[in-house]
Amino acid sequence: MSTMTKRIRARRTEVHNAEAMSHSGPALKTFGYLAMVITLLVVAVPLFWVVVTSFKQRPDIFTQPAEWWPKHPTTDGYHNAVFGIPFGSYLRNSLIITGVLSATKIVLGVLSAYALSLLRFPGRNLVFIVVIAALMVPNQITVISNYALVSQLGWRNTFQGIIIPLAGVAFGTFLMRNQFLSIPTEIIEAARLDGAGPLKLLWRVALPMSWPTLVAFSIITIVNEWNEYLWPFLMSDDSRTGTLPVGLTLLQTTDGITNWGPVMAATVLAMLPVLIVFLVLQRHMIKGLTAGAVKG
Amino acid sequence: MASVYFDEASRLHKGNDHPSVDALTLDIQDGEFLVLVGPSGCGKSTTLRMLAGLEPVDRGRILINGHDQAGVRPRDRDIAMVFQSYALYPNMSAADNMGFALRNSGVSKDETARRVHEAAKILELEQMLNRRPGQMSGGQRQRVAMGRAIVRDPKVFCMDEPLSNLDAKLRVSTRAQIAALQRRLEVTTVYVTHDQVEAMTMGHRVAVLRDGVLQQVATPEELYRRPVNTFVAGFIGSPAINLVRCDVRGGAADLYGASVPLERSAVGDADSVQVGVRPESWTVASAGAPGALRLTVDIVESLGSESFVYGHPDHPTGTAVPAVDPVDGGDQTPGAAGAESAGLTVRLGREHRPSVGDVLHVVPLPQEVLLFDSESGERLGSSSGTHGASRADFLQK
Repeated sequence: MSTMTKRIRARRTEVHNAEAMSHSGPALKTFGYLAMVITLLVVAVPLFWVVVTSFKQRPDIFTQPAEWWPKHPTTDGYHNAVFGIPFGSYLRNSLIITGVLSATKIVLGVLSAYALSLLRFPGRNLVFIVVIAALMVPNQITVISNYALVSQLGWRNTFQGIIIPLAGVAFGTFLMRNQFLSIPTEIIEAARLDGAGPLKLLWRVALPMSWPTLVAFSIITIVNEWNEYLWPFLMSDDSRTGTLPVGLTLLQTTDGITNWGPVMAATVLAMLPVLIVFLVLQRHMIKGLTAGAVKG
Repeated sequence: MASVYFDEASRLHKGNDHPSVDALTLDIQDGEFLVLVGPSGCGKSTTLRMLAGLEPVDRGRILINGHDQAGVRPRDRDIAMVFQSYALYPNMSAADNMGFALRNSGVSKDETARRVHEAAKILELEQMLNRRPGQMSGGQRQRVAMGRAIVRDPKVFCMDEPLSNLDAKLRVSTRAQIAALQRRLEVTTVYVTHDQVEAMTMGHRVAVLRDGVLQQVATPEELYRRPVNTFVAGFIGSPAINLVRCDVRGGAADLYGASVPLERSAVGDADSVQVGVRPESWTVASAGAPGALRLTVDIVESLGSESFVYGHPDHPTGTAVPAVDPVDGGDQTPGAAGAESAGLTVRLGREHRPSVGDVLHVVPLPQEVLLFDSESGERLGSSSGTHGASRADFLQK
């Protein structure tokens, strides 16, 4: 009896130690911090380099060894970026295209996901599989046929020519559908019994419970559309419909050697709007909203 | 206000040979509180969901006020449901949760607020109306869920184990509150539970289901006194009834040496019967008394005012039939199903204090002994059939 108790006690200690190790072992902790530092460097150093370079004078950019802080700081790069190209037009185009595209994608994504998760109709799963299949096709494959179609319609250098072919949303449908499916079924049933029609069920019950996922989806969409390069580049020849990323390429080729100062400055300027959007929205991403819905 | 009639209603889930609800016929009167009870998976929740329109009726019909509900959407049935998990909307305050259905049906803001406050008063939720479910305790959430149902003044309340997430003490008080509320509002209520105490104390009538088949529907008293078969007898009552398969000799059943007289008209010429004796249907006799059986005490559970003795008889004949386990585990008394296969449970008054190993002499009270067919388990000598059980008499009062 006593040997058994001892054995059990020994095993308990073992298990306890193992748990303690997995949570706060010094080696593991060090490794964790090291990983964090490496990740931080990988992300932060290029960013830092972009910002620093944007304030450098042209000769300082190419000096070796690299200068980690501008010796002769200047805002000429920003002046060139804004006035060297029709920056305002590109910014306007980017805002219009990103705004319309994101809104379209979010609305379509939410509505299709809602239909595919909470409404019942024959062939629902088949439709979902087709949507998922669309996720698997790389954009680059459809570029040529899309280009042919859009230019036949005479939509080159128009906003609709850029926006419509990009407005498909397999990813959002997929993400939001899974989110809606994770809502406890009782709540959906309760809402149905409470006489909520399909739109009210979506707007008053399903969406408020899916806020964090919706915000994440929105941020991803906005950032993606803002940075979209290939299709706007193919569709626009000039600043009438070109977006900021397209405009940036004009800075690169003004004279023989690329003038990196203005390019970096324009890059920083192009980053700012999405950075602001992200900072505003990210707080909403964290909080879970299902607390108190079911059980205690 | 409505009557509900299940007309041979069946529900067959895909990939299941056996229907989850099998040709259920049940007549629920206007204003009645009917409790559906049975072990897990007996189809009681499915029955409720069929009534609410959340599950289709594959065969048969469900009538509300005489109208067939086939094809009627849940929202058009005017049924309010209280879910086991409460299913409150987490993004809305208690008041919005309760008023949601009213607003959906086009009731004005003022009228909604008035009715929500009225319900909040009944449920003592007035201080909570602006809180969200996440900021409430389990008991408060449960009351909000009740409030959401009562503000609608629906035809029928459906309640799916609404108390099972509350702690034991709160469950007892809320149980009484719900029963009182139902008597006051007089709304037809179908209440699902696996807790036999809830079943016995809350409803006008209780319907016992097993594997989707209705076993008996009767008043709690009737169910306890005159169960139609061994399943119902074993399910209702805690600790469970003692069921013993006994040989019939000379017009009497041999219950571990004690002789239980049988009526010939009831038993016929069967050579064995199942004898059911409730724990309280025994009297303690002096040693050597005629018709007494000797019981060696294995476990004593003293509850203060009474005690339950689990023992085994010192007699070779007879086989104890294990009583049905109401729920997987549940709050069944420990020794009831366990101890010995040939165990008997006896309730003793305060005056008897046996200890483990003692030998007790007990005699079953002949007028309280229930007799069941040894094969089918149907009660012998019961004139009323399964479905013909009497209505709730006090409903008419």
